[in-house]
Amino acid sequence: MTLIVFYGLAATAVTAAILVVLMSRVVYSALALIVCFGATAGLFFQLGAQFIAAVQVIVYAGAIMVLFLFVIMLLDPASEVFLPSRLKRVPGFALACAVLFTLVLLEAADRWAAAQVFTDSIAGTERSSGPGGEIETLAHSLFRDYLLPFEVTSILILVAVLGAVVLTRQHHETE
Amino acid sequence: MISATHYLTLAAILFAIGTVGVITRRNVITMFMCVELMLNAVNLTFITFSRFLDQIDGQIFVLFVMTVAAAEAAVGLALIVVLSRHTGTLDVDQANTMKW
Repeated sequence: MTLIVFYGLAATAVTAAILVVLMSRVVYSALALIVCFGATAGLFFQLGAQFIAAVQVIVYAGAIMVLFLFVIMLLDPASEVFLPSRLKRVPGFALACAVLFTLVLLEAADRWAAAQVFTDSIAGTERSSGPGGEIETLAHSLFRDYLLPFEVTSILILVAVLGAVVLTRQHHETE
Repeated sequence: MISATHYLTLAAILFAIGTVGVITRRNVITMFMCVELMLNAVNLTFITFSRFLDQIDGQIFVLFVMTVAAAEAAVGLALIVVLSRHTGTLDVDQANTMKW
């Protein structure tokens, strides 16, 4: 059952990702990207990261993609066809893909060799205990061990918001 | 039974698709969306290792990646608006003022 769900979500994610690249109109690419994010959120849920799945839907598929769609509607970009011939410009691309998949396959081989580390299946271990469960563990780790990076992140967001406002401000009353 | 390799392979495929998009597309908004796709694939890898190594740190990293992606989207889209305002196009090949 979980395997069927996994393959369904994986097929949806990969199809949507391919559509993001292939669609000639930017709005369709953005909509396909939302579908891809939704499928990935389902995978996160399957992996036991419920809070991350919720954040994925709210922040990624919600806030960030709305920002994208606003900019797309503001600028009205012209449609553009996908040109596979551009791949020939970058001969290293095939090499990069090959290296990536070799690493994954090496990991798979390594996993079969030492099957003890990763043996637990999805339904096997139940790490969450208590009322908060997974999220409580996450909160403890985030607000205790990673408190300083968390605070630095808030400064980063403040700087990003200020930067976005300063960049896009129109200078009407200059000179 | 789903192994970690399933998820890692899927993440690698998504990352490769995102890379193809960044390389082949010339519309700056589409390229930006492909970068988000690559970040998403990396997040999937983080969650997978967090799950199968039974450590929560991977999820913390994903939270930080999402935050940085949100900040990056805000600044990047502001830059795209400014670029469109200055050059009148969204084609990155046209934005070659600083090219040697």
